[in-house]
Amino acid sequence: MQKQMIKTLAASAAFGLALTGMAMSTPVDDKLVIEGEEGTIELVTSTKAPEHLQEVMDTIYSGWHYREDDTRSMQMDDFDNPAMVFVDRGRDLWNAAIGKNGESCAGCHNGPESMKGLRAVTPRVDAKTGKLMTIENYVDACVTERMGLEAWGWTGDKMKDTLALISMQSRGEIVNVAIDGPAAPFWEKGKEVYYTRYGQLEMSCASCHEENQGLFIRSDHLSQGQINGFPTYRLKDAGILSAQQRFVGCVRDTRAETFKPNSDEFKALELYVASRGNGLSVEGVSVRH
Amino acid sequence: MTRQLMLVTLAAMAAATPAISEIAPTAVAYTEGKISESLTGTPGDPVAGVKVMTTNALGNCVACHVIGALPDVPFQGNIGPALDGVASRYDEAQLRGIVANSKLTFEGTFMPAFYKTDGFVRPGNAYTGKAPESELTPILTAQQIEDVVAYLVTLKE
Repeated sequence: MQKQMIKTLAASAAFGLALTGMAMSTPVDDKLVIEGEEGTIELVTSTKAPEHLQEVMDTIYSGWHYREDDTRSMQMDDFDNPAMVFVDRGRDLWNAAIGKNGESCAGCHNGPESMKGLRAVTPRVDAKTGKLMTIENYVDACVTERMGLEAWGWTGDKMKDTLALISMQSRGEIVNVAIDGPAAPFWEKGKEVYYTRYGQLEMSCASCHEENQGLFIRSDHLSQGQINGFPTYRLKDAGILSAQQRFVGCVRDTRAETFKPNSDEFKALELYVASRGNGLSVEGVSVRH
Repeated sequence: MTRQLMLVTLAAMAAATPAISEIAPTAVAYTEGKISESLTGTPGDPVAGVKVMTTNALGNCVACHVIGALPDVPFQGNIGPALDGVASRYDEAQLRGIVANSKLTFEGTFMPAFYKTDGFVRPGNAYTGKAPESELTPILTAQQIEDVVAYLVTLKE
């Protein structure tokens, strides 16, 4: 394999292909130190793989390490991070009396900082209902049950702005989703989805993000597919993307019939993929391309 | 009729009626991953093969393979081995089999099968993310496979 890589690199260099510069960076050795309103914060973007992954990899890396210099630096200053606009929109929405009887998020939950820590431990199983809950599931429950509103679109602006705001409250917290106890069956289901080769191209998540991370599909630098940085501002889409929205895109690109956001399959997959990042920092809102 | 003229006539007939002798994806005879016979009976066109191999919506082989012989094609990927010299490593029947369904040559390979229409998990309607509305077609046509093979056999070391 290594011999092959060297050969490939040599071939690229010999023929002056644009990918030579990119191919050397797998993943980039760099530190994510962010200038924010409350000073600087250094995030954990690489660490020892969690125990359940140690048979397949030693080190886990945030997708940040696989992006180009200018994309990486955009996330190193909140002033440059385009996702912060969406966090601000989320804050306005949080404080607005939007409920049927004038309820607001702030009315029950006070400031958004009351959500600190939630992003690091979700998806998680709700003790009362036994259901697997993403942040979107919690938001949906409030919107439809407590505020008496029509459900927000799962990947619509209101949902994602709120998700961005809530995620930001956990920036720097270490991802630590539970995979045992009541979470175990969901986690197993998610693992099964992760390793299933879907679609006419017969590709699984693992095909790209485990077996070939660090390599290139055309100009796409394959990361480990970590979701600790989600929701993310995706330059390609000029907008905020949730983890499950990215799952839709990936599965679609295997020429498969995708699952829908909030389907049992993608919720389980979100838990499983999150668990592959146990030990990395929540990035709040990241920047990718 | 001279022998040469007869060949030209035969070739013209074959080109005009490509479907008659075409082997369907489900009817391909593999021997240890190899396909000995042409899928169409019409010789492949290496120039058309290059187009298939470098076009995103067709074969997009360069997504994963470097082809040093095509230096003008940008962003060649490196998931699979470089294809330069591939004809010195595999013969035509092997190459045809690998392009059509490489999993019969390399078990578990990442490489998609380009001439296969069944046996998938949740296949979609091309890249729409939706369920297919009719029977699946292979990613490449039989003639496109032949065109790709016609180019690959020129990549000798």
